[in-house]
Amino acid sequence: MAIDLNLLINAVVAGLLLGGFYAAVSVGITISFGMLDIANIAQPAFILMGSYAAYLINRSLHLDPILIGVVMTPVFYVLGMAVYRLYYHSFERHGDQSIQGLAFFFGLLFVGEVSLVLIFGVDYRFVEASYIGPSLKFGILDLPLRMLIPCVISLLAIGLLQFFLSHSFLGRAILAVSQDGPALQLMAANPTRIKQAAFGISIATSSLAGAFLIIIQPVEPSIGRDYIGRIFAICVLGGMTSLPGMIVASIILGVVESITATFYGPSWAPAVSFGFLLVALAWRPAGLMGR
Amino acid sequence: MRNSVFWLLAALSGVAFLAVTRALIANEYYYFAAYVVLQYIVLSTGWNILGGYTGYTNFGTGAFFALGAYASVVLHKTVSVPLPVMMLVGGIISGVIGLGTGYLTLRLRGVFFAIATLAMAIVMQTLIVNWDFVGGSRGVYIIRPASAPIAGSYIQYLYTLMLVLAVISVGIARTIERSRLGLGFAAIRDDEQAAEAGGVPTLRLKLISTTLSGALMGMAGAPLPYYVTYLDPDSSFSLAYAVNAVAMPVVGGMTSWIGPVVGSILLGTIQQLATVTISSALNLLIVGLLLIGFVIIAPNGIVGLVLSWRRRARAR
Amino acid sequence: MTGPALLEVRGLGKRFGGFVALDGIDLTINAGDRVGLIGPNGSGKSTLVNCLCGTLRNETGTVSFDGRPVNGLIAHHRTRLGLARSFQLPKPFRTLTLNDNIRVPLVYTVNARHGQHLSEAQMAVRCRELLDDVGLADKATRLPGDLTQVEMRKLELARAVATQPRLLFADEAMAGLSPSEVEEILAVLFRLNEQGITIVLIEHIMRAVMNFSTRLVVLVAGHKVADGDPQETIRNPEVERAYLGE
Repeated sequence: MAIDLNLLINAVVAGLLLGGFYAAVSVGITISFGMLDIANIAQPAFILMGSYAAYLINRSLHLDPILIGVVMTPVFYVLGMAVYRLYYHSFERHGDQSIQGLAFFFGLLFVGEVSLVLIFGVDYRFVEASYIGPSLKFGILDLPLRMLIPCVISLLAIGLLQFFLSHSFLGRAILAVSQDGPALQLMAANPTRIKQAAFGISIATSSLAGAFLIIIQPVEPSIGRDYIGRIFAICVLGGMTSLPGMIVASIILGVVESITATFYGPSWAPAVSFGFLLVALAWRPAGLMGR
Repeated sequence: MRNSVFWLLAALSGVAFLAVTRALIANEYYYFAAYVVLQYIVLSTGWNILGGYTGYTNFGTGAFFALGAYASVVLHKTVSVPLPVMMLVGGIISGVIGLGTGYLTLRLRGVFFAIATLAMAIVMQTLIVNWDFVGGSRGVYIIRPASAPIAGSYIQYLYTLMLVLAVISVGIARTIERSRLGLGFAAIRDDEQAAEAGGVPTLRLKLISTTLSGALMGMAGAPLPYYVTYLDPDSSFSLAYAVNAVAMPVVGGMTSWIGPVVGSILLGTIQQLATVTISSALNLLIVGLLLIGFVIIAPNGIVGLVLSWRRRARAR
Repeated sequence: MTGPALLEVRGLGKRFGGFVALDGIDLTINAGDRVGLIGPNGSGKSTLVNCLCGTLRNETGTVSFDGRPVNGLIAHHRTRLGLARSFQLPKPFRTLTLNDNIRVPLVYTVNARHGQHLSEAQMAVRCRELLDDVGLADKATRLPGDLTQVEMRKLELARAVATQPRLLFADEAMAGLSPSEVEEILAVLFRLNEQGITIVLIEHIMRAVMNFSTRLVVLVAGHKVADGDPQETIRNPEVERAYLGE
């Protein structure tokens, strides 16, 4: 089979851009699941809430969706801390996090999705911004701005987060939690407070990720599910706790999905990401970057 | 109660229930509604054999269920066999898939297993969406036979089959619970390493558990095409089945056969009522909230609450 | 009191990624022995037990039990051959009563052996005896959550003994217990040894190890550095260096 080279190059580049966006979507789960060992399968529901927040404010105040994503981040941070409190008091404190804890987040995912259906219905919603539509063209290359801008900002934001994790006291404390709980107590920090803040950050990232999502494609409540497999695959494949590993995994998944969609049709794309997840799980826990 | 006595009683009460309902209820709607509740008894009992007894959370109920349904579609379009045979075939197919997920337990536990089942469900859905013979993403229309092989309408026939399946499922669950197999399952649930050290062949038992669990779900799904008459991937693989299959045992209580039954009757009935009186989206919200509420407040479900009340009353 | 070799380990090695946890371990355990296995934290004691009991796979070396190679054999097969263990952190079946905790090995090990079959009634008697031996008979219908630390350790031992082992690895069966509780557990172990069970005691509490063992094996950083009479062994300069630091 002769593969059209132009098509292939464009598919790879689109995949790179998609990967940058996937990194924004997966950073939250890398913090909560990878670092804190909390399997928040409800993360996609929070991301969709981010999308709908961007939609509401964009429609009423005509603000830029990415700006909305940034502004709403503290709100999601507080929401995340509240969810952690509930989780901590109900499960983690008793040391019983297994089936019940998982069922809790599964319930949360479902309640989040159904609530959005009740409020917004099942129609696709989208936002308006000047960069949705136009593309940069370099010869045969076609770079849609609605992909390029989220990708660039996503990588910048993750860079900032990495800087925060390795240079601030709170950030280093979070990394200490992810490696070894007891060591943290030697630092005279309260692990529960640290984990609460870290979980808050993991949910806070869904504000911006949600805004990116609704810029890239129109959104309806049930599309969140497609992201469960993606984000866990990326987190596991990226080595659980490493942000650079997570970015590499995101880009690989983005490129593979993009090539599949280009050459075999988009209806096969979910099989790719979830097939990826199964492979990633089989490799666990070393991931790409290893530990 | 001796197990044989229980089976006898279960069969008798099943027949009695069937006779009473068929004699007293003429309105077709009630059979439609009762069918769904019975179907959930089978699904949640099947889920609980793996989730409650053996300790592995399956989020892919929808896939096992839908594969049973699609097996019937294939049979319907190729050979003409009676519905009970289709149920057996659906059970075998989903049982084989269950056996496959059983091998996943070699490497994956807890959260990782749960996520893998979710992933498996979506891969299966993708395969069905891309399979034109069974309708692909457009779905497929199935014409319900005009007459049933037994007295009464076709929906009454479906209802009768599902009632029989529900009685069998609950009987199997209870038999396991009281048997040495159930003891081994419980040991695996509590600590797999300690179970191995105690001589429990954990892999073989887990394979039995996943296969049986999957087979029951597949059998529950097999009559679905004739029930809905229009089958499409989105609704048959719906996450609602997975949530219900988790929520019903959690709400009822996961360590006993009666838990999923109580949970299914309660949540199933609430949803049927809510669908008629309010809206179908809202009834799903209720299920989600009840699931969250119960895992927080009463992690051992209604059965757990009753047991602890009884224990307290005895202590007084 | 040296009998024929019950367990033979030759050149056993285990690595985790790049980390060598065990290297070239040779070990012979004779029937009836009371062996103490000591070593600093992270020296590979528990890894060795895990490899010998089949919980982990060793990459190199051979293990034979009672003259029969058991390499690659899954844990529950080894249990059925007569190789039992207790866990460093007690791992009770927490949703099962003490009685059922004991029934698991009776059903799945004792009844799985050829030529043995206990009826339900015989099993009930055996459960009672086993719990009685460790002083837990009056708690037979309770859940493990109701037990104290020392009772949990005793349940752990009773469950291991229920498999009718010929060799028992007691992995830190006394960690965190008070001196009088240590004596209680030691008494149980002595009694088991008199009943003919060979015991390997992995322990940090030196007084208990010295009191119990007829032989002492010392692991340091994945290597066996000493093996012999306990009094002589702890005077071995290499052992002293490992324990007292450079």
